[in-house]
Amino acid sequence: MPLVFAGVTSHGPGITGRAERADPALRDAFYDNLGRMREALAAARPDALVIITAEHFANFFFDNMPSLCVGMADDYEGPIEDEAWLRIRRRKIPGNPDLSTRLIERMMQDVDLAYAQEWKFDHGIMVPLHFLTPDYDIPVIPVNINCQCPPLIPLHRAYEFGRALRKACDAVPERIAVIGTGGISHWPATPNSGKINEAWDRAFLEKFLRNDREALLAYTDEDTYRDAGQGGFEIRTFIAVAGATEGATGQLWFYAPIPIFAVGCTVAVMDVS
Amino acid sequence: MSLYQVQKVIYQLNRDPGLRERFAADVDGVLAAYELTNEEAEALKEPDIGLLYVLGVNGQLLMHFAAFRGFEWDDYLAAMRRGVERHGPVRAGIYAMVSD
Repeated sequence: MPLVFAGVTSHGPGITGRAERADPALRDAFYDNLGRMREALAAARPDALVIITAEHFANFFFDNMPSLCVGMADDYEGPIEDEAWLRIRRRKIPGNPDLSTRLIERMMQDVDLAYAQEWKFDHGIMVPLHFLTPDYDIPVIPVNINCQCPPLIPLHRAYEFGRALRKACDAVPERIAVIGTGGISHWPATPNSGKINEAWDRAFLEKFLRNDREALLAYTDEDTYRDAGQGGFEIRTFIAVAGATEGATGQLWFYAPIPIFAVGCTVAVMDVS
Repeated sequence: MSLYQVQKVIYQLNRDPGLRERFAADVDGVLAAYELTNEEAEALKEPDIGLLYVLGVNGQLLMHFAAFRGFEWDDYLAAMRRGVERHGPVRAGIYAMVSD
């Protein structure tokens, strides 16, 4: 059936791991909007949550790097990082391999995918889940888009993946929510950590929220790297959500650069209802 | 120069608590399984986080290796900055993608 919820949010490990070092007013406003997203997600009563992330060498390495990979496991374990470093306790997160399989088979009509029956979640999934499904009671289907190691999937293919995901979700009876998580501009884990290009972020978000395919696909990796850092490559996760919600526009619930979180912290929701 | 091998060591350490234990007990024995230059092996052993950054190790790998070796967040960032001062700009990998 049609998607019951779609949105995007940030996932920097500092959001949990360095919480006390952020401006309390900004941090709490960000957390409040993640709480609002949690409530909206719960109100949509999803049977499964597809989370489109950009993982960071937790499962995929330069020996065998898929551009797109979809989880197909009974359950997943996370975080792979040190629990004290991320301040999220390690646990199992339920999957739904039957639904994964049906979605993958349908999406393969349109896009080439890898799949994985074992997957360790890193902060790119665990930080959003920590806020959005704190009881870990909604089965998760992880999707990874390689945003770390060029060559990277072209933006128009990330958008096409989103369209394929939507067609697949439309074709199954389950109520499915989609969350994209990544970017926007940032220079994570480098000497420039904390640098954020707010003007670039706001311009990107404006295009994303009106779901302007042409404008979103006009970015080049050269420009993104220069203006938005290596972390800017993670716009692919947002662009996949745009593809999955083609025709819908969105609302920005929260955006603020929080340097110790190393990212412009974002909560936005697409109107799919 | 074998950035792939350096990153492979760190990737596998990050994923495998057993390998981290063996690394702590017998670093030479662990590193012998990888094709590393002397500079790379020494940078991993010391550890010289700044040199590893300059060699091109991705920060998404390096920050966990640094934490494993006892670097707090600010010390990790400072070590990379010192590495660039001491060893020059990043030589390979994604942070050498464009020069400005």
